[in-house]
Amino acid sequence: MKKIRKILERFVEGILTVSGAITTITILLIVVFLFREGLGLFNSPSVEKGYNLCVNASNPVLHLSSVDIMEIFDYEATNWKEFGGADEEIVPFRFEEIFDRYPEEEMGENYELLPVRLGEAIASTPGIIAFVPQEYTPEGMDGVKVLLNDKITPSDFFGGKQWIPTATPAPQFGTLPLILGTLLVSFVAILIALPLGLGVAIYMSELASNRMRSFLKPTIELLAGIPSVVYGFFGLVVLVPLIQKVFNLPVGETAFAGSIVLAIMALPTIITVAEDAMRNTPRAMREASLALGATHWQTIYRVIIPYAGSGISAAVVLGIGRAIGETMAVLMVTGNAAVMPHSLFEPVRTIPATIAAELGEAPAGGPHYQALFMLGCVLFIITMIISVTAEAISKRESNKGL
Amino acid sequence: MKKFIIAAALVFAGFATANAQKVKGSDTVLPLSQKEAEEYMAANPAATVTVTGGGSGVGISALMEGTTDIAQASRRIKFSERQKMQASGDKVVEKIIAYDALAIVVHPSNKVTNLTREQLEGIFTGKITNWKEVGGADLKIVPYSRETSSGTYEFFKESVLKNRNYMNGIMSMPATGAIIQSISQTPGGIGYVGLAYLNDDVKSIHVSYDGGQHYTEPSVENAKNGSYPIVRPLYYYYMAHSEKLVKPFIDYIMSTEGQQTVKEIGFIPVSE
Repeated sequence: MKKIRKILERFVEGILTVSGAITTITILLIVVFLFREGLGLFNSPSVEKGYNLCVNASNPVLHLSSVDIMEIFDYEATNWKEFGGADEEIVPFRFEEIFDRYPEEEMGENYELLPVRLGEAIASTPGIIAFVPQEYTPEGMDGVKVLLNDKITPSDFFGGKQWIPTATPAPQFGTLPLILGTLLVSFVAILIALPLGLGVAIYMSELASNRMRSFLKPTIELLAGIPSVVYGFFGLVVLVPLIQKVFNLPVGETAFAGSIVLAIMALPTIITVAEDAMRNTPRAMREASLALGATHWQTIYRVIIPYAGSGISAAVVLGIGRAIGETMAVLMVTGNAAVMPHSLFEPVRTIPATIAAELGEAPAGGPHYQALFMLGCVLFIITMIISVTAEAISKRESNKGL
Repeated sequence: MKKFIIAAALVFAGFATANAQKVKGSDTVLPLSQKEAEEYMAANPAATVTVTGGGSGVGISALMEGTTDIAQASRRIKFSERQKMQASGDKVVEKIIAYDALAIVVHPSNKVTNLTREQLEGIFTGKITNWKEVGGADLKIVPYSRETSSGTYEFFKESVLKNRNYMNGIMSMPATGAIIQSISQTPGGIGYVGLAYLNDDVKSIHVSYDGGQHYTEPSVENAKNGSYPIVRPLYYYYMAHSEKLVKPFIDYIMSTEGQQTVKEIGFIPVSE
């Protein structure tokens, strides 16, 4: 009998160890996967994969940045002078236009004459810049020069101010507006939610009557159970028009709308965790404080809040975590415009909203897909920094407090 | 034993001819495919058609990987995608099953009724920023676009913007419903939606592609007779080797009944 129990205990212990190990390994694997997919971005060419840019051989320009290329194909930049070339008008040429110049019959059965035709077109137009698939590039033909392909660099990615991932021929993966947008929206959300949440937590743990508490607590916990898309819809239909009218703005979909929705969503987490921490203050400590002649209020802010310090910072971290990672509600109310945020009352685009909205269509393995994974890594690092900082703060505070 | 083998063979044959097929891709085509599939299955109880969305690109890459039999798309297959598929030695077949018109919509209080393609291009690329520049009130223009994952986004860029990029920082909404909702509450808003989504919360713009000589209202009739310019085909793509499997379903869509459903959903039937 004893033996069987012993075996059983060993068995349960084994299961617990294994489940711990599996969880750790899974998390590690996810992180490794995230970074492996994301880092591939910096091996991708800045011109769309599988394509080359060709110019006329007489053109002295050897190299164009991805922003230059986009400006050329948007007809913003129109003269080669701007890029150190001759005073010649730029003629952007997309691959499909070859079919307007030559009838289909002149391409050969399986398009084997296509490179020749492309070469003719490029050689005959001095100002041309042609965007052609690699397999049809007229390489080595007279009058044709293939431009060097850059790789996407980390400074393009982290310092670029334009996020236009579907621009052809040169997609723009500047994530600065997205990173700043995410930080702005979450920071303001916490600024709104923290005083409110702490206030409610103090009220519930110290001031409310038992009956009030037994009504408030489940109600607040219920808030946490509402799906985020419901908050998003509420924000879009109620908050957005309200903000637009009150502040007299051209659009109501702003960073501020996102912050308010996020603040409402982070409140239940902050309140419950902070309230639990405060209620965990030992009875002896409260009574000692009161016995020394401290008032109720003095006890709250000199004894209970310092004692609950680590719990309160945990509440803040969980709240920020919720805010930074929240996707759906933000996607619906912030307008998702990838601009550098200048004020709270402008549309912004956040990292999670970008990933959610774009991953479905990004071709697997392409630079757009890798850029989205890289954004995931950025988000991961931001949250990691926040939790490590909070951990450090709470450790220091609890040492000081006790 | 013999009986068992025969039974197994019958079951196997049953599976093979049960005509199970998968359709995947564009969310624009999704309601149409779903309705067609329901009616097709009602008419042919032996057949099963599973329809899923995800976006035109998702459908085409699923076709490439062989996880779907038909890819539904609201844009034409890209040259590079066609190249990749043909590299596997099989041909991809294209079939237009219906047409969809894109309507330009503004807030109901907006006085502007007519816009040319050039003006639309200016608005969506950020060159025109105030309604007074196009004959409206002194009000900032707020252009709304779909997310990059949508075939509608690509089509609008091709047809109206002539392949130029949208302005940096355009408002992008995750769904057509969200565009309608936002525009109905933003006085300076402008956006584009499928004809089927038009309602009284927004006002549709008459569009001219000939520099302002003729402005046409978006409607099924105008799209059908060719006078409304922003019309796109909706496609089904399948691999030539699975033609036998998918043909009956596609034939059904192309039949009079199938095209009647196209009209009911709010798309424009393919005129023979």
